[in-house]
Amino acid sequence: MRDWPATFDLAVAGGGNAALCAAITAAEAGASVVVLEGAPKPYRGGNSRHTRNFRCMHREPMFPLTGRYEEEEYLDDLLRVTKGKTDEELARLVIRLSEQCLLWMQAHGVRFQPSLSGTLSLSRTNAFFLGGGKALVNAYYNTAADLGVKIAYEAQVRHVHREGARITHLEAEIAGQPVTVNARAFILASGGFQADIDWLARAWGPSARNFLIRGTPYNRGVVLRDMLEQGAESVGDPTQCHAVAIDGRAPKYDGGIVTRLDCVPFSIVVNRDSERFHDEGEDVWPKRYAIWGRLVAAQPDQVGYALIDSKSIDLFMPSVFPPARADTIEELAAQMGLDPQALRRTVDGFNAACRPGEFHPTELDGLRTVGLNVPKSNWARPLDTPPFYGYQLRPGVTFTYLGLKVDSKARVHGADGPIRNLWAAGEIMAGSILGEGYLAGFGMTIGTVFGRIAGKEAAAHVA
Amino acid sequence: MSPDPTLMDEARRQIEICNACRYCEGYCSVFPAMTRQKAFADGDLTHLANLCHNCRGCYYACQYTAPHEFALNIPAVLADLRVEGWERLARPQAFARLFQRHGVAMAGLLVVVLALFFWALAALRPEEGAGFYAYLAHNTMIAIFIPAFVLPLALIALSLRDYWREVGGGRVRLAHILSALESAARLKNLSGGHGDGCNFESGDRFTDRRRLFHHLMMYGFLLCFASTASGTIMHYGLGWEAPYPLWSAPKLFGLPGGVMMVAGATGLVWLKLRADPELGAAQVWGGEMAFVLLLGAVALTGLALYAATGSGLVGPLLAIHLATVMVLFLVMPFSKMVHGFFRLAALVAEAGKSATAGKRA
Repeated sequence: MRDWPATFDLAVAGGGNAALCAAITAAEAGASVVVLEGAPKPYRGGNSRHTRNFRCMHREPMFPLTGRYEEEEYLDDLLRVTKGKTDEELARLVIRLSEQCLLWMQAHGVRFQPSLSGTLSLSRTNAFFLGGGKALVNAYYNTAADLGVKIAYEAQVRHVHREGARITHLEAEIAGQPVTVNARAFILASGGFQADIDWLARAWGPSARNFLIRGTPYNRGVVLRDMLEQGAESVGDPTQCHAVAIDGRAPKYDGGIVTRLDCVPFSIVVNRDSERFHDEGEDVWPKRYAIWGRLVAAQPDQVGYALIDSKSIDLFMPSVFPPARADTIEELAAQMGLDPQALRRTVDGFNAACRPGEFHPTELDGLRTVGLNVPKSNWARPLDTPPFYGYQLRPGVTFTYLGLKVDSKARVHGADGPIRNLWAAGEIMAGSILGEGYLAGFGMTIGTVFGRIAGKEAAAHVA
Repeated sequence: MSPDPTLMDEARRQIEICNACRYCEGYCSVFPAMTRQKAFADGDLTHLANLCHNCRGCYYACQYTAPHEFALNIPAVLADLRVEGWERLARPQAFARLFQRHGVAMAGLLVVVLALFFWALAALRPEEGAGFYAYLAHNTMIAIFIPAFVLPLALIALSLRDYWREVGGGRVRLAHILSALESAARLKNLSGGHGDGCNFESGDRFTDRRRLFHHLMMYGFLLCFASTASGTIMHYGLGWEAPYPLWSAPKLFGLPGGVMMVAGATGLVWLKLRADPELGAAQVWGGEMAFVLLLGAVALTGLALYAATGSGLVGPLLAIHLATVMVLFLVMPFSKMVHGFFRLAALVAEAGKSATAGKRA
């Protein structure tokens, strides 16, 4: 910090995709910029380091995207997942501007690759980062450093000091020391609050303490809460988070992509009491994986067990840890801490309800059970071919919805209108557009588009 | 001898986590090869290890490197596995253990061989002969170098046969060999997939320097090899004996080849000093460094020998040059030199495996 000026043109709270897009844009416009990343360097980049693609509108094929993906189709996809809980003006803005992001990202060091194996369904809509989100984050940090942006790690912003319609400075702790960061403009891009388990428990209920957090432990929502306490306008359901069912053996934080389990459609899923509780074959997995976090969260102890037999072991992406494996259902139950007799009864009941027919793993095959209270509508095949395999499932939280409400210039609003030198980008404001559900790759699109808007506006403000 | 179980288990643990992510698919050939399976036998891991060119792109892109509890370091674990495999498949293994790990051993061998050549030059000095043949007769050189060249190659061939069995390489087709040669000729696997190069000496920034210096070394070496081969043909086929003038095949190949090797070796040494040893096989750092220096010494002494033509330095320089070449030949099966053979074999095997998998799909 010895080489810091007394006052920066722009201070950015956060060090993920949105923060870096903002910092780079402002620095290229001539602003002196400091990025305050809360995490230590190896964990820099917030949840962006776990991402793998961004969703991009395009009117013709452009590497790595195939075909076309235009505004109306993109918006329809968004309206479907959010059930209309979106701000259409902002949504259209993000969608339209996403098109120019691809080239901008490449010009700033991000490299792309064709859709990964097992994700062909996304090759038209989502551009995959070569090496994933951490490679993207590395590229942006290097670009920012080359532009003279100052970067502070372990720099946690504690308070955004507001006087009337202006922010005067940030109170931060950098590597444990209190520091006042002076600047003429401020951008908040410090993520949601999903890593603050106490906050989650207050919002969701005590069962949230059993949730796993898929991303960074550093998104504790300190800046978000500070702004809300100062009367900033908010958006998004404060009690809700996006959660999927992940491998129950995953680390408490930062398990990321590898903890996902794609076996549910080919499984029976039981709870602690060895009872099935939801139709595992309701729809194809990309359309259903997001509901299973919530389903498992509603079960006793917030745990589920997905069981398959050897017929299905090669039908889905590999799991991060090898599954439990046994030659009998009873043995598998014992390994997984379930009651062997109870599980035997559930499996026998399920097997008896299966009907012969043609099995198609990649489409709705109509292979359904008959006569069960909890049916399985597709891919229902008896568990009868040892060895049997089991995976423990837990809810894994991806992000929270509560955020700062922004306008199309990324400005943050107080009770009496916009704060004149404050903008927000990324997860901290994504609730403005993504009110419910999730659309793969859309978080990175919001972060990139709004990061660039915020950077441009902030640079113009200080110019 | 079976593979080191601890190392294999650690490689398996890391590769299984890696295979559940797949973000790095576009960097190099290792990842598409990995995604063909869910469970990894020892031979599969050996195959992946030899496909890896240690570009380190996947390390810097990885969400799961230490301090994350998964503590992945794919370039290092594959490098360890590679080196362990070369040692295990070498015969005798003790030589590989010695020369792969200890640069000092290579230097010691050089001293011994050097002494022998100085002795030979004194004891076996011919009655007549032109250029450096005035110091050591052509036939004597051939008698010394042919076995010193052929026997190590035969040992490498035996290792490769075992390797091929271990990784389950199938029948070799011309297309597989061509694909492997193309990949090696362009060092495709050091391009980073995007063409910006690798993360060898500049942390998470990409540079093409390693590819450049390796190209200089490899093509320089091949030119020097062509120089020697063309000299042999001229000697036996055309009855035209050395010394050769500047405008002759041996010189036209050898001079640029030697210069390229010296430049390549200098560059590779510089890169190796800057690179993080923890992302490679740290235990063989000394042996690898000595090997690059040896290649540089072979070229530099060759050039010096040419520069000294007609002077009194030809004798000692000849002894030094021949000693470096001799050591290079002798340690071929036990040094970094084997990487060329094994990696080419891995690329051929991979071309075959991916073709088979493509047909099945």
